[in-house]
Amino acid sequence: MSLLRFSTAGSVDDGKSTLIGRLLYDSKGVYEDQLASVVKASANSSGGLIDLALLTDGLRAEREQGITIDVAYRYFSTPKRKFIIADTPGHEQYTRNMATGASTSDLAIILIDARNGVLPQSRRHAFIANLLGIQHFVVAINKMDLVGFDKAVYDAIVTEFTGFLSHIGAPNALFIPISARDGDNVVEKSAKTPWYVGPALLDFLETVPVIEGLAELPARFPVQYVLRPNLNFRGYAGQLASGVFHQGQEVMALPARRRSRITRIVTYDGDLKSAYAPQSVALCLADEIDISRGDLLVPVTALPHVGRRFRAHCVWMNAQPLEPGRSYFIKHTSHQVRGVIRSVNFRVDVNSLDRIGASRLELNEIGEISVETHHPLFFDPYARNRVTGGFIVIDPVSNETLAAGMIIDIEGKEETRGLVLESDRTARFGHRSAVVSVEDHESAVLLERELFDRGAAVAVVESADYDTVKLAKAAGLIVIVTGIAPPNSIDAGRLAPNEALSLLERRGVLVGREEQLGAGEGI
Amino acid sequence: MVRLAQKAFFPGKLPFPLLHIDTTYKFHEMIEFRDQFCASIGAKLIVKTNQQAIDDGANPIRIGTQKCCGFLKTRALLDGLAEGGYDAAFGGARRDEEKSRAKERVYSFRDEFGQWDPKNQRPELWNVYNSRVDKGQHIRVFPLSNWTELDVWQYIARENIPIVPMYYAKMRPMVVRGHSLISPEQDFMLLPGEKPEMVMCRMRSLGCSPCTGAIRSEADTIEKIIDEMKLVRRSERENRVIDHDQEGSMEIKKREGYF
Repeated sequence: MSLLRFSTAGSVDDGKSTLIGRLLYDSKGVYEDQLASVVKASANSSGGLIDLALLTDGLRAEREQGITIDVAYRYFSTPKRKFIIADTPGHEQYTRNMATGASTSDLAIILIDARNGVLPQSRRHAFIANLLGIQHFVVAINKMDLVGFDKAVYDAIVTEFTGFLSHIGAPNALFIPISARDGDNVVEKSAKTPWYVGPALLDFLETVPVIEGLAELPARFPVQYVLRPNLNFRGYAGQLASGVFHQGQEVMALPARRRSRITRIVTYDGDLKSAYAPQSVALCLADEIDISRGDLLVPVTALPHVGRRFRAHCVWMNAQPLEPGRSYFIKHTSHQVRGVIRSVNFRVDVNSLDRIGASRLELNEIGEISVETHHPLFFDPYARNRVTGGFIVIDPVSNETLAAGMIIDIEGKEETRGLVLESDRTARFGHRSAVVSVEDHESAVLLERELFDRGAAVAVVESADYDTVKLAKAAGLIVIVTGIAPPNSIDAGRLAPNEALSLLERRGVLVGREEQLGAGEGI
Repeated sequence: MVRLAQKAFFPGKLPFPLLHIDTTYKFHEMIEFRDQFCASIGAKLIVKTNQQAIDDGANPIRIGTQKCCGFLKTRALLDGLAEGGYDAAFGGARRDEEKSRAKERVYSFRDEFGQWDPKNQRPELWNVYNSRVDKGQHIRVFPLSNWTELDVWQYIARENIPIVPMYYAKMRPMVVRGHSLISPEQDFMLLPGEKPEMVMCRMRSLGCSPCTGAIRSEADTIEKIIDEMKLVRRSERENRVIDHDQEGSMEIKKREGYF
């Protein structure tokens, strides 16, 4: 059965918790004894009708103050789907909780009170849901009973809010006229809105296609743990964040930039031929590479950005304001590095959406920041990958989570410093690594001289064992062997030096200048 | 939860021990299952009991359920965590169990005194968790936070996970007290006129024997339990006396360090 995670965001008093209570109650997602305890608590406060909001406001402070303080997660299911609701507060001072609830949601329900029309809060909620990458929007125009189910009221709100959503680049929304209190168009379509042709809210939630595009993105596998149960097994455990990995596939380990091949995809239930996001598996590689927690395995054909400087959207979540230049921890996938926020580029007024010059961000403020980390991160823009594009900022002193970041793009150059890549060696030597076998010593020295004069890194050896071949490959050398040829060597027999060079060109060992540049940029 | 850990570390073994807080009021069938299960999967089991409090006569009838939980569960747990020097402990709590648990984090921070501060929790975005603590503090990790009771049963069925036999319905000697079915274990005190009678029933949740009621049920297989679960109209913790000793009682216990 499929799962839909959605967040609700509403202004104070526009009936958000009542709507959730209604969904739970009408879909029988609430138990009788839980309902009875709400009746008991209602009697203590309002004394009147059963307040369905009490079903979700779990903390005593919330029930006492009659507001939702924290994100509450609620669960219900219908025969068609399972649902997880992140019920988030409406108060402006709890904006951070709204971002939290949105971070794991596929869909956002934005409530608008039909009597009040579009308020700054409604815009703020939509802006944050869009910032956190939610793909589906439902705008529930609530309290339609209090405006006599007037189509004109509904139409005016639809027109205004559609314009706003398109202005911020949010996905198209479905608008539904409802009464959360009485249940109109929540579970069943209401007879009071014959002019409304769309589905009831629950019907839409049950059928909206949840983006299953995760497997189509480039594969990203953040290593969580190195499994070494015995000397014969070395595997990297983690959850595939996106994409697909196949047995036999060539992968690159970051930050080492070492290539290897997946030999096994291991699970408790047996080996797999392929692993699809978001499966958790252990990967075994053909080569012994130094890989630890926080490293990333990717396909060699689709590398992420590797860099220490990037721009990001930031939601500041702590009473202690952002201080540019101060050292923070940046936690990104399973990787944690030290870093600084070099600058706040601007702040966004979440009500007007104006960009405002700012030198720091306060609690619940949103802006664009430039970050520099002490070690490179391997990432994708958040708009393309929510897992490898998101990070949190942690205070190294208090250990509190200070902020959430959504990476926009890399700043400056890709990180290559300190890492000599295969492409760097190719660019310098003018060739790739190869083992060439020739018939005799004379052919060998002639070919060596020819290659050496062209600037190649070349050596002649009588025989090449496994270690020699491995070293030659790592150093990018051309090794000429006169004795028994190892597997995968190029056989130049008794060819004259110029003929041997043509052979090496045809086999792609010697590369031209254009190709050298191409190779350098590609990696 | 143990199965998830086995899967996560396969082909390795669990890299951490299993800690059981034994109040000595646990059902004997559960204790038997515990020992046999841990041995069968090769897990290291640590059992922690607040023997001092028990010697001083702590029991739910004499000192009341709130104090009893405080001494035998919360204190024993905090001592057990401190003795092991653990900076993190996994627990199987779920957000759908109880309304204060609905506000709980997956990585839930506890201070030096094991206390939970619900109004000052770390924001938790995506699945990027903040596990940083100072010495003496710890994190309670709840990997099943987003599972429902039905999810758990469906997973047990799919994975063929062994469970304590008390979850299956059978004829058992029970004391019928009002709407409650209580198992007369250990030194259970019968009220005048009470005597155990055979009732077809099962446990839906396993706590301490004096404080955990059974439900009348015919569900003697996993499949029947799942069917029952889909029809049930009352919550799983309804039969847990300790959740109802006062309004917001779970929140109060959790603030003090209860799991």
